[in-house]
Amino acid sequence: MTQTAQTIIGIIAEKALLQPEDLSLETRLDSLALDSLAMVELVFALEEAFDISVPFNANEPGSEGFDLSSVGAIIAAVEGLVSQKAA
Amino acid sequence: MPRVVITGAGTINALGHDLRATYEAFANGRGGIGPLDIPDVDRLTNRVGAQVRNWTATEHFDLRGLSLYDRTTQFALWSARQAVAQSGLEFDDALALRAGVVLGTAGGGLGTIDDSYRAVYGEGKNRVHPLTVPRLMASAAVSHISMTYGLRGPAFSVSTACASSNHAMGLAYQMVRSGAAPVMLTGGAEAMLTFGGLKAWEGLRVMSPEACRPFSADRNGMVQGEGAAVFVFEAYKHAKARGANILAEVVGFSMCADAHDIVMPATDGALRAMRGALQDAGIGPGQVGYINAHGTGTKANDANEAAAIREVFGPAPPPVSSTKAAHGHVIGGTGAVEALACLMALQEGVIAPTLGFRQADPDCALDVVANTAREARVDVALSNAFAFGGLNAVLVFRRM
Repeated sequence: MTQTAQTIIGIIAEKALLQPEDLSLETRLDSLALDSLAMVELVFALEEAFDISVPFNANEPGSEGFDLSSVGAIIAAVEGLVSQKAA
Repeated sequence: MPRVVITGAGTINALGHDLRATYEAFANGRGGIGPLDIPDVDRLTNRVGAQVRNWTATEHFDLRGLSLYDRTTQFALWSARQAVAQSGLEFDDALALRAGVVLGTAGGGLGTIDDSYRAVYGEGKNRVHPLTVPRLMASAAVSHISMTYGLRGPAFSVSTACASSNHAMGLAYQMVRSGAAPVMLTGGAEAMLTFGGLKAWEGLRVMSPEACRPFSADRNGMVQGEGAAVFVFEAYKHAKARGANILAEVVGFSMCADAHDIVMPATDGALRAMRGALQDAGIGPGQVGYINAHGTGTKANDANEAAAIREVFGPAPPPVSSTKAAHGHVIGGTGAVEALACLMALQEGVIAPTLGFRQADPDCALDVVANTAREARVDVALSNAFAFGGLNAVLVFRRM
């Protein structure tokens, strides 16, 4: 697992009040009982950790192309934004 | 109990600088949301807002006063001046001794705070304007209205986020009704369209990048506005004795708390506030001809509010509109600006529309007055405010 993936899993686990080992790439976000504020905090934490801007509107989560459906999807989406930044 | 009437109203908001311009915009379906013109706007993600345009404060206030007036206070004073003029009230010594002011604001002098922080943090300056504290305090507008008219009765400000104005007007209503004051100037003001203010809101991810579309299936968030509205609430006997022109009667108020969540609304609180206000007014749901909704254009508020309205009013609720799509969400001043839409419906038989409405939402099964104003005889109007943190305040107005 990449360092990026480990960092992201750590962030998600913290917001979900879980341990990183409790999460897998397949874990679905809607199974973690994150409320809307926790989702907004999660997005903010990802932005701060990787110095990226995540497109996200709490009124229509997922509508702006950033896939928040599962842990694996978030890792892929963040890696995409990080590589865009490097390009 | 003594009846309470409205004998004067004034405003400034993105739709215009006075009552007439605001009514005309409401009636013609004209909106005030557009590209923001503020410093550092290019660093914002969402760059639309309902700004007050073409406002030159020096045309209305002297320089000595202006050194003390944050934009919020300017808006409140300008609105109060219109309201007092329309009421025809002369505050002689006996009246001034008992008359008071209660205004709602969520942020107070945020522009002053923003400017001062920019100076010390951004520009590295080591001093700010000497009158920064009296300019930024949330009660500044109340004090300046009190001093301008010599009002020496109860005077205070109320801060309950987006319900601030409705709480303020509800308290003014209760004070006049109880005999604590014969006249109260009341309403609210907000000027939060600053870089810092908008950055804070941006963080919550609830702002629309393009438009406010309350109750529309494709709504994607709120748009912030700014402005004020101030009213003269007066004991009916007092108004009648001096032959005053009465705009409408205030007949009911209720406030309650959700005790649920700091941002998500609860249906139970909204419906208890509406029911409570109708009970306070002694009016049945069937008599209500118009509801000015809180209608923020967020997914959460609008569906919750619609469910509460249907619970209170049954399967065929009265016409509903949210004027936030026109004047933006004026935050602590919003209930005051929205009360103008209730006054217009009662006085002129015209219901202000919900702009930006494109598609009915099954989660908001209401008779939404969409995009164009509707003519209707309205005898009773309800005005909802459901703030973050579950603080609810609902007012009921009646045609005279």
